[in-house]
Amino acid sequence: MAYKHYVLVCGGTGCESSKADDIFTNLKTEVANAGLEHDVQVVKTGCFGFCEKGPIVKVLPEDAFYVEVKPSDAEEIVKETLIKGRIVKRLAYADESGKTSAVPEEIGFYQKQMRIVLRNCGLIDPEKIDEYIARDGYAALEKVLFEMTPDQVIEEMKISGLRGRGGAGFPTWMKWNFTKQVESDVKYIVCNADEGDPGAYMDRSTLEGDPHSVLEAMAIAGYTVGANQGFIYIRAEYPLAIKRLEIAMAQAREYGLLGQNILGSDFSFDIEIRLGAGAFVCGEETALLASIEGKRGMPTPKPPFPAVCGLWKKPTVINNVETWANVPVIITKGGKWFASIGTEKSSGTKVFALTGKIKNSGLVEVPMGTTLREIVYDIGGGIKGGKAFKAVQTGGPSGGVITAKMIDTPIDFDNLVAAGSMMGSGGMIVMDEDDCIIDVAKFYQEFCVEESCGKCSPCRIGTRKLYDILTKISEGKGTMEDLEQLKEIGEAMKRAALCGLGQTAPNPVLSSLHYFYDEYLEHINEKKCRAGKCKKLITYTINDNCRGCTLCARKCPVNCISGEVRQKHTIDQTKCIKCGECMKNCKFDAIEKR
Amino acid sequence: MAKLTLEDLRKMREAGKKQIDTRQTHGKEIFIVIGMGTCGIAAGAKNVLNAFIAKLDEKGISDAVVKQTGCMGLCHSEPTVEIKMPGMPDTIYGKVDAALVDQLIDDHILGKKLVSGHIIDRPAGDIMK
Repeated sequence: MAYKHYVLVCGGTGCESSKADDIFTNLKTEVANAGLEHDVQVVKTGCFGFCEKGPIVKVLPEDAFYVEVKPSDAEEIVKETLIKGRIVKRLAYADESGKTSAVPEEIGFYQKQMRIVLRNCGLIDPEKIDEYIARDGYAALEKVLFEMTPDQVIEEMKISGLRGRGGAGFPTWMKWNFTKQVESDVKYIVCNADEGDPGAYMDRSTLEGDPHSVLEAMAIAGYTVGANQGFIYIRAEYPLAIKRLEIAMAQAREYGLLGQNILGSDFSFDIEIRLGAGAFVCGEETALLASIEGKRGMPTPKPPFPAVCGLWKKPTVINNVETWANVPVIITKGGKWFASIGTEKSSGTKVFALTGKIKNSGLVEVPMGTTLREIVYDIGGGIKGGKAFKAVQTGGPSGGVITAKMIDTPIDFDNLVAAGSMMGSGGMIVMDEDDCIIDVAKFYQEFCVEESCGKCSPCRIGTRKLYDILTKISEGKGTMEDLEQLKEIGEAMKRAALCGLGQTAPNPVLSSLHYFYDEYLEHINEKKCRAGKCKKLITYTINDNCRGCTLCARKCPVNCISGEVRQKHTIDQTKCIKCGECMKNCKFDAIEKR
Repeated sequence: MAKLTLEDLRKMREAGKKQIDTRQTHGKEIFIVIGMGTCGIAAGAKNVLNAFIAKLDEKGISDAVVKQTGCMGLCHSEPTVEIKMPGMPDTIYGKVDAALVDQLIDDHILGKKLVSGHIIDRPAGDIMK
């Protein structure tokens, strides 16, 4: 029986934490109150991507797209849109000029996107396998099991040109082929869902919005390389993704899409979940495998590569969530179709988590080769508060900065590496003129210091040394020799560190040093931080605008402002902690920051 | 639920497809816009809407979207339905009822022929804004 209307409510973590759950319940109650429960289906789906404006509710077939919905809006949506067929203007997305667009196609955020990985996110209910099946789900598995040989699958993957989305961009077909060629009684398939880059959440959203796509892909790889067991390694901080995966696995088992003799064939495959404790290093494949084995999550030198000698010393295919999510579409639509999207050497799309000083933060999926300008300005809507664009950090703590000069570079694996950064898992943190590049580099370095597992000294000592030097520079105590040392230590780490974490940890420092050398020089020679972020280098003073209202003195948390009423006040620089409270509260523009 | 065979899976996919397809609006070419202002509803637009959805489902027409709109200023001939599709001019039909819906789908949408007797002129531009 067909419903007349569908109300899709975002059920991603972002929107759930803004009470999407209550919106869902209220909508259901309101629909029932209006006697429409047979005409209207309320569905909780995966992430729509437009997290900046969440929670999001979409009404179909009107295609009414509502943003920043509150639980109390449910009644109006039901009464206006469902019963009377009118758009609730108040809830429609309004752009800068105040023009409202109630249809997603009219919203700039969606116009340049192309959704392959996120094809089902925001469309199906991730907790219902039937809806996934109706979207051609498990059609790829069916095709592979009954129409293709393992070699044909590898060939199709090769034609598609799919490269690992976890960061390094290694061709997926090659990984599979290595494992396929090794003789072994037992082989394993592993999904790397240990997403650890600060600001990145595309894997979480994919698992929350479309868990079956990953399960199906893993089974396809199992058939191709001859493995019967898969593991999903996911961090325990992703409770919703874990829950949805567990539901999906139970449903797939019930339907016989996982387990013994899948769809009556002689292929058997099952998957288990392994929870990680959230160590960044466990995103590195050898450390991840050690962690699955129950050992301490530390990397081992490569070779041997996991493809040949991985989990419990058995050949193991390990791919990241986003890579897996691409596989079923490649099989159903063909490698050629996939290769036609994106650039020559980087086919397909990439999902980016756009965050930082950007108007529309959210999940964005674009064809490879899209320029940073399109992502930041057309999709992201530009910089918040009309500030100037400074740079974008791609690849998180392993990547580097892309500056305004390179904003027109088409983004793909190779161009990012050439620019001194890397794709990483796809985090994109946008910085504006108020961000100090040394402060940013220091933030990432601090992250690496904490996340270094400590096994190899280049990483353990290197990250700490880099952090110490950056701290010194941010305090205005840096010297020119320090800059040389940053480079020297960084280069050594790149060559000598054991795993990807240590090898890429100096990237944010080296790339910022390369592109923002003048800012480093300013900190050292002029003891000046142009963004006003390095606290030790700024001073707050009170100018003649001061009327002596005493507000700042009362707001100052360390009581370092003194002065008589109606007299100009002064700040005791020895006690000032540079918190900026005085400046924030002053009504007469009397506080100056230098 | 027992384990699926290949046949079961295919059947399930077909059965679910139509429903999921109605959620997707891009790539669809036929738009059926029903006037659901107070005037339209009072004249029976709700029945027309139901008839369209049932009939489209019955005929297996999946590339059509049924949308609702407010009053077009043609209150005298409600319920009104506008059909927009490739190969046909955008046409407004007035005084539509369930029986006419069958005819509209068979003749206008499938047969690509205008259904005479119910065609209404588009209101003047200044009224339509």
